[in-house]
Amino acid sequence: MTSVGVSTPLAGYLLVAAMLFAIGLAGALVRRNAIMVLIGIELMLNAANLNLIAFWRFGPHPELLTGMMFAIFAIAVAAAEAAVGLGLVIAIHRHTNTTELDKINRMKG
Amino acid sequence: MQESAAFTPQFAASTITGILWLIPAVPIVAAGVIALLKQPRRKLAAALAIGSLFVSLLLSLIAFCHVVAGWAHGAVVREFVNFTWLRAGNSTVDLGWVLDPLAAIMLVMVSFVGLLIFIYSVGYMAHDENFTRFFCFLSLFAGAMLGVVISNSLLLLFMCWEIVGLTSYLLIGFWYQKPSAAAAAKKAFITTRVGDVFFLLGIVWWFSRTGTLLFYSHGWGSLEPLNLAILSTQHAALGLSAATAIGLLIFAGAAGKSGQLPLHVWLPDAMEGPTPVSALIHAATMVAAGVYLVARVYPLMSFGAAAHGTTVALTVITWVGASTAVFAALIAVAQNDIKRILAYSTISQLGYMMAGLGLGGVAVGMFHLITHAFFKALLFLGAGSVIHGCHDEQDIRRMGGLRADMPLTFLTYAIGMLALCGFPLFFSGFWSKDGILEAARHWDISKGPFILLIVGALLTAFYMTRQVCYVFFGYWRGHDPAHESPKVMTLPLSILAFFAIALGVIGTPAWPWFHAFLENRPAASDLHGFAEPGLVQLMLLSSLVVFLGLYLGWRLYGNKSPKPEAPDALEKSAPWLWAPLRDRLYVDELYGFTVIAFYAWWARVADWLDRRVWGGIVALVAWLFSLWAHFNRFLDVNWVDGSFDKTCEELSSGGGLLSRVEGGRVQNYLRILAAAVVALAAILLWSTRP
Amino acid sequence: MSPIFYLLAALTIGGGLAAVLLKYLVHAALATTVAFAGLALLYLELDAQFAGFAQILVYIGAVAILIVFAILLTRGSDLPKDGVFSRTWALGLVIAAAVFAVLGWAVLQSVRAVPQQTAVPAVTVRDIGNALVGRYVLPLEIVALLLTAATIGAVIVAMHEKERPR
Repeated sequence: MTSVGVSTPLAGYLLVAAMLFAIGLAGALVRRNAIMVLIGIELMLNAANLNLIAFWRFGPHPELLTGMMFAIFAIAVAAAEAAVGLGLVIAIHRHTNTTELDKINRMKG
Repeated sequence: MQESAAFTPQFAASTITGILWLIPAVPIVAAGVIALLKQPRRKLAAALAIGSLFVSLLLSLIAFCHVVAGWAHGAVVREFVNFTWLRAGNSTVDLGWVLDPLAAIMLVMVSFVGLLIFIYSVGYMAHDENFTRFFCFLSLFAGAMLGVVISNSLLLLFMCWEIVGLTSYLLIGFWYQKPSAAAAAKKAFITTRVGDVFFLLGIVWWFSRTGTLLFYSHGWGSLEPLNLAILSTQHAALGLSAATAIGLLIFAGAAGKSGQLPLHVWLPDAMEGPTPVSALIHAATMVAAGVYLVARVYPLMSFGAAAHGTTVALTVITWVGASTAVFAALIAVAQNDIKRILAYSTISQLGYMMAGLGLGGVAVGMFHLITHAFFKALLFLGAGSVIHGCHDEQDIRRMGGLRADMPLTFLTYAIGMLALCGFPLFFSGFWSKDGILEAARHWDISKGPFILLIVGALLTAFYMTRQVCYVFFGYWRGHDPAHESPKVMTLPLSILAFFAIALGVIGTPAWPWFHAFLENRPAASDLHGFAEPGLVQLMLLSSLVVFLGLYLGWRLYGNKSPKPEAPDALEKSAPWLWAPLRDRLYVDELYGFTVIAFYAWWARVADWLDRRVWGGIVALVAWLFSLWAHFNRFLDVNWVDGSFDKTCEELSSGGGLLSRVEGGRVQNYLRILAAAVVALAAILLWSTRP
Repeated sequence: MSPIFYLLAALTIGGGLAAVLLKYLVHAALATTVAFAGLALLYLELDAQFAGFAQILVYIGAVAILIVFAILLTRGSDLPKDGVFSRTWALGLVIAAAVFAVLGWAVLQSVRAVPQQTAVPAVTVRDIGNALVGRYVLPLEIVALLLTAATIGAVIVAMHEKERPR
């Protein structure tokens, strides 16, 4: 793809990322279902990734690929974490027959 | 009796004086052995008691002969052995024994009469199951009495005196299951105790003033002129010298033991004991101990008296004795118990003895004591024989006509009775009583005692005649027929009767052997003794009095034997006189009203104090403690526990509060995280704004 | 700002919103996928082609599928009685708004500090490959280890437990 002339300023991307982050956080805090919380977390991670890429693009020395590498590794780790997390949710569901977070409070102090 | 340190014979004492201590020791040891025997060993107990007293008698006779021998040679025999008992710093307490004519006479009398009564008791107590115990006590008594006789130390005398009192208590209350006997024993003990308190005061005072309690001790003894002079010059109170005061205190002790007027109340009740006890203790010996005591300390009582004059102490003794003589004789007129009549008679005769001591000196009083011992013991044993023969009947209104049934008893009893009355010439009582009357007649202070004693003699003859008529004359009013007593009982009676007559011989004015012996003068047998002015008139007077008394008695009571329920002849004629006499002139009631009531009140006060005051204090302390305990508990529960519990509650609620943070709800955690991040970021941004 | 940017931004945000707000879990998962796609396009817009394709491959290709599987295995199709939003949703909303506010404030404040327009970086895949095995070889290996561990862990966690002998 050809690079379009970068006329959008960095702030725009950052704001988008911030908004997505806030939306993901809201989803994690507001929804009952554990899987929805995980989805919220994925959204938050993605927002952070967007931040990284944006800063890589508009920061000094993009040829060092620092931001891109970070984002790629983040994606990999996020995938692994999603796997484990969903596995946990499945295991918990098998035990307690529910995925509602309110009902899973066995670890309360 | 402990013998410490030095046992050094002081004077060149003879052998017999050296072993004089055996005389009381042997019966006491016998008593100890008998105490360990079992009740069925009767023969052994009796044998031990009689044997030990026989040994004492032998030794006493030897001592007596020794003294007589010394006296016959004109020596003043007074041998003593002293030893130190206690040592406290520089002062010592010494004990010892003495052998002089007074002691020798008394030793022989006590052991002889005692031996006869022991033999008599074998028959009298044959049916009693406590035979062994009886002889144990009798033996102990004999030993203690002999100890009183020979002691040279006022302290030793007092100790033996107390033992005598103890055995008197034990023997009066011998049949302790009888409440009356137990009460009588207690009464005897307590009454003599009252006298003993004064006695002890006198002893202590005497010791504090003279520093020694020995009677004779080479010039340092308390009865020797040196110390007597000291005592008589010191003043006590009420114008009396120390000597007089001490003398009166000691007389108070003697008055208790010898039943003088205010303290006589125990003697009649003491008749609850077995008759041999009454004979031995309350006729012949123990009651005579008081008289003996006064005779012993006579130098103290008489110190400072001019010839034919007298001291305050002796005056008091005389008046007390004379009053007692009449008082008791009055009461004896109206009694119905055979032994009680004799008991009051004893009190009366003891009054005579004391009066004799006060009026005429040691010899006069002691002579009457010796003769009285024999005929009173005879009368008591005879009464015992009568009681035994009448199957334990003691009321004279239920006897009668025993002259025929118990001839030997009657004969001996009559001899004793006549001796007691003072029937002229043949009977020892006449001579001894006349000696007292003679001394009374010569008394300058007052003729009062003389008149009292004459009246007493009249009354004596009267009540004895009454008793003899009731018991031996007339006809039998009892239940079963009476019988004579066994030989073992009548033999002593005969022996005593003999002496009741024979002893008169040694005391007549014609041959005043007794008086001379006691006063360490040579004895001349001289019929001119009768030539003393007024003596023959006196003898006639006393004989008249006796005959009058006998006649009156015979007239009223004679051969008549009124029915037991019928009133007495005298009662019929003078009932106003009879009632107080029968009721013993209300002395016991007086005591009950005053002394005993006071003690009862005191006991109530003490009890109230104990229960309310001391008990109250104890209860108060306990209550205070319980209050304190409650307070502590309150503190503990509310304060300590409360604070602790409160702390724990707070902790756990705090913990509860804190644990809500760890709700286990993941979304909460996330919320908190996010909020924290926001806060931190805000702070950061705020601090770096341009 | 170019209109493409606005379009892509709207797509992403819209997908995110839909993911959070939709009632049914499967719809939410699909909406998430749309958000992922929007993000990938944004990466492409930012000249991070490799990242964009990696995003598509991994997120849309694996994570979204994973989410759908999880929804399937936990019967996510059943709706809870009390509604899909928790009782304290307002608080969560406030917190999220606060976070957005802070972040927005940080961004807007630093607008002047960051250069707005730079040249297009000349990045080839070869460069990325070289960087991966060159400079970032350690993170690469660690991530590999992590993935292995995650795989095994996920398997173990989600495995059926053997019946313990009684």
